[in-house]
Amino acid sequence: MGLIDKLISTARRSSPWLLHFDCGSCNGCDIETLACLTPVYDVERFGVVNVGNPKHADILLVTGTVNLRNREVLAVLYEQMPEPKVVVAIGACGLSGGIFREAPNVVGGVDKVIPVDVYVPGCPARPEAIIDGVVLALEKFRGKALAVL
Amino acid sequence: MQTTALALAVLGAALLLGGLLSGLDRRLTARLQSRQGPPFTQPFFDVIKLLAKERMVTNPWQAFSPLATLSAAACALLLFAWQGDLLVILFVHMAGGVFLVLGAMASPSPYSQIAGQRELWQMLCCETLLFVMAGALYLTTGSFRVSGAAALGEPLLYRLPLLFAAFLLALTVKMRKSPFDLAGCHHAHQELVRGVFTEYVGPHLGLLEIAHWLEVVLYLAICSLFWATGPWGMILLPLTAFLAVIVLDNVSARLTWRWMLGWGWGAAFVLSAVNLFWLKG
Repeated sequence: MGLIDKLISTARRSSPWLLHFDCGSCNGCDIETLACLTPVYDVERFGVVNVGNPKHADILLVTGTVNLRNREVLAVLYEQMPEPKVVVAIGACGLSGGIFREAPNVVGGVDKVIPVDVYVPGCPARPEAIIDGVVLALEKFRGKALAVL
Repeated sequence: MQTTALALAVLGAALLLGGLLSGLDRRLTARLQSRQGPPFTQPFFDVIKLLAKERMVTNPWQAFSPLATLSAAACALLLFAWQGDLLVILFVHMAGGVFLVLGAMASPSPYSQIAGQRELWQMLCCETLLFVMAGALYLTTGSFRVSGAAALGEPLLYRLPLLFAAFLLALTVKMRKSPFDLAGCHHAHQELVRGVFTEYVGPHLGLLEIAHWLEVVLYLAICSLFWATGPWGMILLPLTAFLAVIVLDNVSARLTWRWMLGWGWGAAFVLSAVNLFWLKG
């Protein structure tokens, strides 16, 4: 691995910008996700920034079930993120549709629409588990091939 | 050859200083919010990561504008380092700002469009104040060149205290800090997403970030003119101004463009005018 590759790999690991999308969650997982940014956990220590813009994001955090209405929004958000990017599905609903999986309007988990790299279980997922999931996602993110320099 | 090497050294030093100042800013802001904050080197990681991301443009202007903005900021900084004309420095830097707006306006995104208009308001408010400041430099030292401030023999701040207050307002706008960070601030959750930067992606956003570092260094350098009698004044005065702007950012909310014009054209212009009359009277 050359020096530049190593530098970029370190930079990626040290600077993951997150986009959080509530895909029809009950807000339980959303509260836990946002708790990671509060002074208690303060993930900005590790360079994590919660951005409100898919065009600036590296990691997509999705909470909640995917339904027939929001599947397109989810797909568009994923499309708008520049490569390299990774997706973390959070909570029972994001993983499989959870207790809503039988509902007529529910498509299921996030992986029915976009490729998911890391699954974080829980109902709701604990902030520690979410941070763990993001750390796993980081390993995938830093290892991805270089985009056109 | 020697000039090129010197120019590269100046730009390298400015990049290092700008990045570290940005890191200091994030760290201080975090401490003011009872958080620990990222390491000082964080901005460098951010920029390297951005430069290695995919290019995505919806309009060719979005690819060209960051380059133009960065070159203008670098030229303005070099002109300052070579003790050039303050008016030319301001004009060159302003041209870069126009390209930033062009790139933002080239996208149909309403966020970026509105922020582009706000950026123009900011320039209208700020640049006029800075031109008045350049005029005051001429009235005090008899020259528009920045070397005049050092040749004066006493701190410019003694002669232009009220103009310095007006300059601090312009510094807040230029550093994109509350209460006047209308067109795009450093924090993600703004009513306009990320303002003028919303539609710039990956490497282009990285170049704009570097341009912003150079811009902050340039304005702190202009700030140092107010106490150009020795190295201590030239370091301590800009540093104090920088810290004051960050504290202000954390204790104030974002105001609307009407407030900005009210402060910028109302309060700051009156202060400048009183100062100029006092200077000549």
